[in-house]
Amino acid sequence: MISKRIVLTFPEKIVTKPITYKLVKEYDLQFNILRAEITADIEGKALIEIKGSKEKVEAGLKYLEKEGVTIQDASKDIIIDKEKCISCGVCPSLCITSALFLDKNSYELIFDKDKCILCGFCENSCPVNAIKLKI
Amino acid sequence: MAKTIEEINEKIKKGEVVVLNAEEIIDYAAKNGIKKTAKDIDVVTTATFGPMCSTGAFLNFGHSDPPIRMTKVWLNDVPAYAGIAAVDAYIGATELSETEDMKYGGAFVIEELIDGKPVKLRATSYGTDCYPRKEIETYITLDSINNAFLFNPRNTYQNYAAATNSSNKTIYTYMGKLLPNFGNVTYSSAGQLSPLLNDPYYRTIGIGTKIFIGGAQGFIAWHGTQHNPGRERAPNGTPIGPAGTLALIGDLKKMSTEYIRAAVFFNYGITMYVGVGIPIPVIDEEMVEFLKISDEYIYTEIYDYSIQRRSKLSYGRINYKQLRSGSIILNGKRVATGGLSSYFKATEIAEVLKNLIKEGNFYLTNPVAGIPAEEKVNVLDVLSRDEL
Repeated sequence: MISKRIVLTFPEKIVTKPITYKLVKEYDLQFNILRAEITADIEGKALIEIKGSKEKVEAGLKYLEKEGVTIQDASKDIIIDKEKCISCGVCPSLCITSALFLDKNSYELIFDKDKCILCGFCENSCPVNAIKLKI
Repeated sequence: MAKTIEEINEKIKKGEVVVLNAEEIIDYAAKNGIKKTAKDIDVVTTATFGPMCSTGAFLNFGHSDPPIRMTKVWLNDVPAYAGIAAVDAYIGATELSETEDMKYGGAFVIEELIDGKPVKLRATSYGTDCYPRKEIETYITLDSINNAFLFNPRNTYQNYAAATNSSNKTIYTYMGKLLPNFGNVTYSSAGQLSPLLNDPYYRTIGIGTKIFIGGAQGFIAWHGTQHNPGRERAPNGTPIGPAGTLALIGDLKKMSTEYIRAAVFFNYGITMYVGVGIPIPVIDEEMVEFLKISDEYIYTEIYDYSIQRRSKLSYGRINYKQLRSGSIILNGKRVATGGLSSYFKATEIAEVLKNLIKEGNFYLTNPVAGIPAEEKVNVLDVLSRDEL
């Protein structure tokens, strides 16, 4: 049994297809949707955790790719460049798990890595380019 | 008892001046009362560090040999306005690079100049009898050119709107990334630290007031564009939404990128964070009434930025204490909030200015003229000549 965190991108034409359903039914995979959204360009994006035997996970991912889904490993790490960061509040407003927040007294940006689910919503939001996502 | 600027400056000279920042004055006034606060405190420092698109710098490059009357100018491939004298130009913060599009622009050129980095200057001309050269390509630094001063037509907004997004897609705006279905709310004011919210009727802030700007000492040049003092106000004098503005000037050669920074709002464009600190003299008890304002009593309106029109739907009023808490309740749902303006940096600037005054390195000025208390804001309608 292995477990993998991946970001799936569904292009517009297959956004409405019941693709993930097949992963359960035909590949016997467990999955947990941690985050999902339809982005501005009408792409579907989902952060999922997938569990199953090694062979079935691999076969399931192959099936997804065949259907036109782009698979990306969830970002392994998020790095906040404290030298560049100006502690505005843009990224905290996008962080659903409140891993990024402003200290209640100093209003300095704090990043609590343990809370981060690496969804990448903060990507592109930083006005001074202080957030780096490692995929 | 009223205090004059001259009396306060005398105290600065003697090292006896008492300065608090606009956050500290809140508790001080609550504990000591208006009368004692007015007597004890001489100056309150206010500050802001927010994205200010209306930013740019006038540059004079010096004359080449043979000389050129520059008609088109590019700095690191970013167009600068050259429709003024021969080697003068204005580089605007939001101007985009012709080669790197939205990754680089005027604000970055200004930042690199301040950091002392070489910048490529390219200019073309039609050539005249007195300015025969038709093109030039060379490198400049902030030190190598004659003059460089920041001139911002609109800064230090007296309050600003808050933004949300009711649509079902992510939108990218000058208020930042707004998630679908009211996914977040952004705002942009230093609230209780903000200069014009601490002097809401422009009693002490005026044309000629000396300020801290981008790490240097500068001045208020004029009231800013879109200055709108007539905005509805709360009983404490603070406007509910964007109101007064200031035009600011400062020496780029003395600035530091610690206090002025280029920024990109993804899929929107380039802007510049400008650190501004304005000292407010505690001239009388009435001034303390204004200076003791706290975030809880400063309100703004939340607008739906997915409406691509001049008038946007309002989702009600909210105070800055709620906005700064990290989340608010909107339509019965808890929604994360975030400020574009950095309160952390604003506090730092208010402290820097406080220390400059205490150490005798910053004296206060009497304004030479006031900021208009009344001004009409016009809109742009698409009209034929006859309809005007």
